[in-house]
Amino acid sequence: MNIFTRLGEFLLMLKGMFTKPENWRIYWKELMHQCVELGIGSLGIVSIVALFIGAVSTLQTSYQFVSPIISKSVIAQIVRDSVILEFAPTITSIVLAGVVGSKVSSELGNMRVSEQIDALEIMGINTKAYLILPKILAALIMIPLLVIVAMVLGIWGGRMIGDITNILPHEIYDKGLLESFVPYNVTFALTKAYTFAFIITAIPAYYGYNVKGGALEIGRASTTAVVTSCIMILLADYILAAVLL
Amino acid sequence: MISIKDIQKGFSGKSVIEGVSSEFETGKCNLIIGSSGSGKTVLMKCLVGLITPDSGEIAYDGENFSIMNADQKKVMRRKIGMLFQGSALFDSMTVEKNIFFPLDMFSNATKAEKQKRVDEVLDRVNLNGANKKFPAEISGGMKKRVGIARAIVLNPKYLFCDEPNSGLDPQTSLVIDKLIKEITTDFNITTVINTHDMNSVMEIGDRIMYMYQGKKEWEGTNKEIIFSKSEKLNSFIFASEFLKDAKDMRMLEISGKIDNKRDMDEMLRS
Repeated sequence: MNIFTRLGEFLLMLKGMFTKPENWRIYWKELMHQCVELGIGSLGIVSIVALFIGAVSTLQTSYQFVSPIISKSVIAQIVRDSVILEFAPTITSIVLAGVVGSKVSSELGNMRVSEQIDALEIMGINTKAYLILPKILAALIMIPLLVIVAMVLGIWGGRMIGDITNILPHEIYDKGLLESFVPYNVTFALTKAYTFAFIITAIPAYYGYNVKGGALEIGRASTTAVVTSCIMILLADYILAAVLL
Repeated sequence: MISIKDIQKGFSGKSVIEGVSSEFETGKCNLIIGSSGSGKTVLMKCLVGLITPDSGEIAYDGENFSIMNADQKKVMRRKIGMLFQGSALFDSMTVEKNIFFPLDMFSNATKAEKQKRVDEVLDRVNLNGANKKFPAEISGGMKKRVGIARAIVLNPKYLFCDEPNSGLDPQTSLVIDKLIKEITTDFNITTVINTHDMNSVMEIGDRIMYMYQGKKEWEGTNKEIIFSKSEKLNSFIFASEFLKDAKDMRMLEISGKIDNKRDMDEMLRS
């Protein structure tokens, strides 16, 4: 199947999601369920990754700053901007592409193979709207929040490691954090977070929803979904940086 | 009644269903039989709208399903219940929640009324003790019964069963067959069953359609099938030596050469 056929199918899938829900209450319940599954379920891994990224950024930046004429507070500025602009949205999203993407793809793939999607269709339910839309909406709500958490924890991780290793006392770190802060960077990071949230759920949903075959194909679809999502995240990262910065 | 006229369906240039026409009567178990790959599952999926036929007409009590738009089909599908080959129960839900789901989605009844209805259908399929179990915790036969309960919870007018006995032992198959038959007659619904189980054919087959390589080869009742002149059908139903013997015994009984069932049993035992 060529790339244009896949793109066409993907766009048709997105179009098919927008119909009047059969029952608003059930759809709302499903949206909340997905928010918990995709958002709260990923909080642990996102927190760990963010803390370590902040800590390592502080260590590596201070390692490269050996000149006595540059204030140590610059290290905090570099850590802050790196975490906000790139590490929190992009690295978090790549981690989530693995965690959330494989979950979405394998869940839908299993439902397709075991005829659960057909069973929903027979009941007269729009399966694209019921199964895919809540996942994408949940990601659009939860992933930007996770990125904000990652920003805070990443910066805090850098501050903590500076104190523990005596490389950078927290008074200097805090001073550096407040210097030359550009609020637009946060807007840019959140724009990336929304874009990546869509990629992380829509692409795996497409691969999972269209699985044909059995367990082997579910695994293959899951791997393809994660790889494609990661590549699309990096591509979107470049395009957004080129256009918005 | 469901009537189909000249249904054609092919995949990648290969014809799978070729001009099949038939009628499935209300209050009866209408069986579609045939060996694996004969096109019976594709035909059933065409009937319920999971696959769109290339040409032909499908009408539910005179309403042409083939020309309905998506919204009309959605409404029509609420009159349809389907039991899938693998039961297709929702893994993440308990037995009770599986049956609750269509009610929650489409019914405006109160929670107490819905619970009453769920209890009724669970009782109907003899599954009262399994409410809180997950599909992974119950046997294949129980899964089929939950599938039937879910299919009938909204009081459908049409029930479709895709190989309801696949993977079940003969005794459980008999229980499922009887259950489907009872539901069909009690609620006066049109039931269409895909099967290659000859026990089901003889037990519950009010109307039988035999498919061979995508075409309708024979049609009749379970009383007529054993005397069919179709060689293809005969080679399908008398694939086992036992059934051939049983047919010979039946012929002898009819011709008066043996007297009764007891004689037949003795001859078969010998």
